[in-house]
Amino acid sequence: MTFVNWLRRHLVVIAGLLTLGYLLLPNVVVTVFSFNKPKGRFNYEWQRFSADAWKDPCGVSDLCGSLSVSLQIAFWATLGATVLGTMIAFALVRYRFRARGAVNSLIFLPMAMPEVVMAASLLTLFLNLGAQLGFWTVLIAHIMFCLSFVVVAVKARVMSMDPSLEQAAQDLYAGPAQTFLRVTLPLAAPGIAAGALLAFALSFDDFIITNFNAGSLVTFPMFVWGSAQRGTPVQINVIGTAMFVVAVLFVLAGMLIGNRRKRQKA
Amino acid sequence: MSTLTEAPPPLAPPAPEQKPPRGRGRLVPYWLLLPGILWLLVFFLMPMVYQASTSVQTGSLEEGYKVTWHFATYWDALAEYWPQFLRSVLYAGTATVLCLLLGYPLAYLIAFRAGRWRNVVLILVIAPFFTSFLIRTLAWKTILSDGGPVVGALNTLHVLDVTNWLGITAGDRVLATPLAVVCGLTYNFLPFMILPLYTSLERIDPRLHEAAGDLYARPSTTFRKVTFPLSMPGVVSGTLLTFIPASGDYVNAELLGSTDTRMVGNVIQTQFLRVLDYPTAAALSFILMAAILIMVTLYIRRSGTEDLV
Amino acid sequence: MMTTEAGGDVRLSGISKTYGSFTAVHPLDLTVPQGSFFALLGASGCGKTTTLRMIAGLEEPSSGTVRLGEQDVTALPPYKRPVNTVFQSYALFPHLDIYENVAFGLRRRGIKSVKKQVGEMLELVQLGEQARKKPHQLSGGQQQRVAVARALINHPKVLLLDEPLGALDLKLRRQMQLELKRIQTEVGITFIHVTHDQEEAMTMADTVAVMNAGRVEQLGSPADLYENPRSTFVANFLGTSNLIEAEVDTRKGDDIVVKAGDCKLTLPESRCSAPTTTGGELLVGVRPEKISLAHADDAGGIPPGRNRITGKIADSSFIGVSTQYVIDSPVCPEFEVYVQNIDRDTRLVPGTEVVLHWNPAHSFGLDASQSPLAGTTGAADTQAVGEEAA
Repeated sequence: MTFVNWLRRHLVVIAGLLTLGYLLLPNVVVTVFSFNKPKGRFNYEWQRFSADAWKDPCGVSDLCGSLSVSLQIAFWATLGATVLGTMIAFALVRYRFRARGAVNSLIFLPMAMPEVVMAASLLTLFLNLGAQLGFWTVLIAHIMFCLSFVVVAVKARVMSMDPSLEQAAQDLYAGPAQTFLRVTLPLAAPGIAAGALLAFALSFDDFIITNFNAGSLVTFPMFVWGSAQRGTPVQINVIGTAMFVVAVLFVLAGMLIGNRRKRQKA
Repeated sequence: MSTLTEAPPPLAPPAPEQKPPRGRGRLVPYWLLLPGILWLLVFFLMPMVYQASTSVQTGSLEEGYKVTWHFATYWDALAEYWPQFLRSVLYAGTATVLCLLLGYPLAYLIAFRAGRWRNVVLILVIAPFFTSFLIRTLAWKTILSDGGPVVGALNTLHVLDVTNWLGITAGDRVLATPLAVVCGLTYNFLPFMILPLYTSLERIDPRLHEAAGDLYARPSTTFRKVTFPLSMPGVVSGTLLTFIPASGDYVNAELLGSTDTRMVGNVIQTQFLRVLDYPTAAALSFILMAAILIMVTLYIRRSGTEDLV
Repeated sequence: MMTTEAGGDVRLSGISKTYGSFTAVHPLDLTVPQGSFFALLGASGCGKTTTLRMIAGLEEPSSGTVRLGEQDVTALPPYKRPVNTVFQSYALFPHLDIYENVAFGLRRRGIKSVKKQVGEMLELVQLGEQARKKPHQLSGGQQQRVAVARALINHPKVLLLDEPLGALDLKLRRQMQLELKRIQTEVGITFIHVTHDQEEAMTMADTVAVMNAGRVEQLGSPADLYENPRSTFVANFLGTSNLIEAEVDTRKGDDIVVKAGDCKLTLPESRCSAPTTTGGELLVGVRPEKISLAHADDAGGIPPGRNRITGKIADSSFIGVSTQYVIDSPVCPEFEVYVQNIDRDTRLVPGTEVVLHWNPAHSFGLDASQSPLAGTTGAADTQAVGEEAA
């Protein structure tokens, strides 16, 4: 009886933890299999423990090259999308102008479009224009689909900002440029940072749009895709695990610093 | 991303009275909009136009294509690939429902029951994102591998007998069956369901639960009458963020499925990148887009959340 | 009306503000003398904040000019006006600490060594210890003082205060009222204070302008406004007034005699702000604390020459310093009377027949064409709702 009661009270927790397990299981597998020494070309079955891949993460040809391509594209795409998206977000929140509805729809549509549709149509455009597929076409595509997400993130932040803060700055002798630099930008920074992070993650991990528009360029996700056909080197798991660990450490460090600051304030 | 269909922030300060721009200032918003909007017009909208035109062209790769208003391509494409379309809707729909069922308890757990573990759990939900989704999808090949522990357990528990009877698995295999594809889709898009759900649940004042309890609502009634209705914005944006990408996905079907589980995304990809039959591929992608826009519009109308973006 | 030529007066002439078809402020002339503590008083949506923001430069007037002393500042943006504002929600910069908030204006004007000034200013508002804290770590009252310090450090010609005490609780508000008054006397800068709280306006300001629906209804010292309201709005918005509908009967010297039901009431003609032709309608007003209350049995003891009304006590509430009675009278259904608790008459319980009497000199006369309810709580609410809808 008490067990049944306990179960009922904690049903949500149990179900939630099971879902969490489902979410994390693949990461566990990826980590475990980064220490595998597979027999054939594919790293799908456990053979025996080996740290060889960790000692030589770039030991597979093109793997680290593709990683560097992905990082470069993600960097420039983040920069481009963040700048353009922040400008749009400010225009949307702070100004009245014609065609507002049309602009809103144009921002929304890329988020409501399956990637494969955008990928295919963009390829049609590039083919029609006779563009050389490669780094630049991928970068253009990434800025395009990251843009809307940046707009949404920045817009939410700017909307929640108290307009009287900027008025106060103006009242205290800050001209438009000073007001923007000293008050508006610092206040909008968390939203812009969130948008930029999202853009980076989206760009770095994008496969479908990249696959259509990359030509012979190989990004990291494309390398993984290719290896799924040809044979999966253990180094893929090493990179995947390392990215996971680094990201979690970053976030934890950020949280600790944030907590300490909060405690100091209190 | 969780703001796709977010309700307007409660108690927003009254819109600041806009200063009537003087002289040159009138143009400021247009200058701010110009580069980004131009980018979207040239690299998002114009491609759509090109694709629309491609879909009604005829010709061949060698001789070039000409616009001949050949709408038959659409009928041919539909006639040939309707099973893949149906499968896309079915798989994506199932994955969306599963995401909602699996994601809701976890979002609820984070919002109301996690206490000081809240941020840790939240990080664990987001963290997998940092490992390329292709690598994680490949991991399912290991998890669901023939003769692996999962398949073994399902076999022992006679679950596979049921799923075989349902036609979503075949024999002793899970890999290369619809079950594996749906499982992969659910897994891949689960965070896109959990985060918007969490955002809207987190906004609910916990005192509302106490108030409902005080007014004679049992916990289950409180959930049905208070919590769930208030989390509707999250449910709507979560389902959209799951269903839309899932219906166009071809990665899960390719990596975890077989030729019998091909979705419309696979067809578009093959037609475009391998067969090089551009008109058919363009027509297929247009049909997919139209279908999704219609479904999304109807869905948003019905759920009463029209405040997009 | 007030001093016309002085070095640092704020002069608004013909200033107005319209939003589409809605007029927030009707063309308005107003002079605020240098060094005065001036209050703009009115219910929400009456145009007082808009007027203030036009002085600050945060709102562009649809017509008219704003002058500070000899300088026409109408076309100047806020950051070029020698005027500073204490905002309603304080608008302290959350990303800067208290010190930097206070130093903000000085730094923007290119002043390099701000340390001494900021230190002194923080001492003036008694926040020297908190200099390195962030705004959200301070209490409401402290934040309010930072907002004042941040504005005052610039030595503006005029300090504008937009409902600066609205967010504070009652006790703290009282304390800050005195504090602000002290600071104003100390620095001698012109303060223009916007508030909806009539008590606050009367406590702090030398001159009060009562605004209603985008217009200044009446302007004067607090005592003058209270004793001699010239419209029903002012009579009701500042304190409470009993307004009796009456008809002008005869004149007796400097006094007018009016008929209200069976009663005859007398009032000085000099305190009538309406034409007083015989047979015309008039609203006779009297403040609740000016009235004495006698049990009907004691009516004989009332001295002659006083205005008298009979009625029945409908309700009484004990406030401590006074007892407030609501009297049901044939000439006025809800007559309010405040009686000081010096010697309490225990017979005065609800249901008792009473006689109200007061010195005729304490009556005032208003134009009867106005609504006698203008400016009361209920009327103000419906008005505010209507304007929000617009």
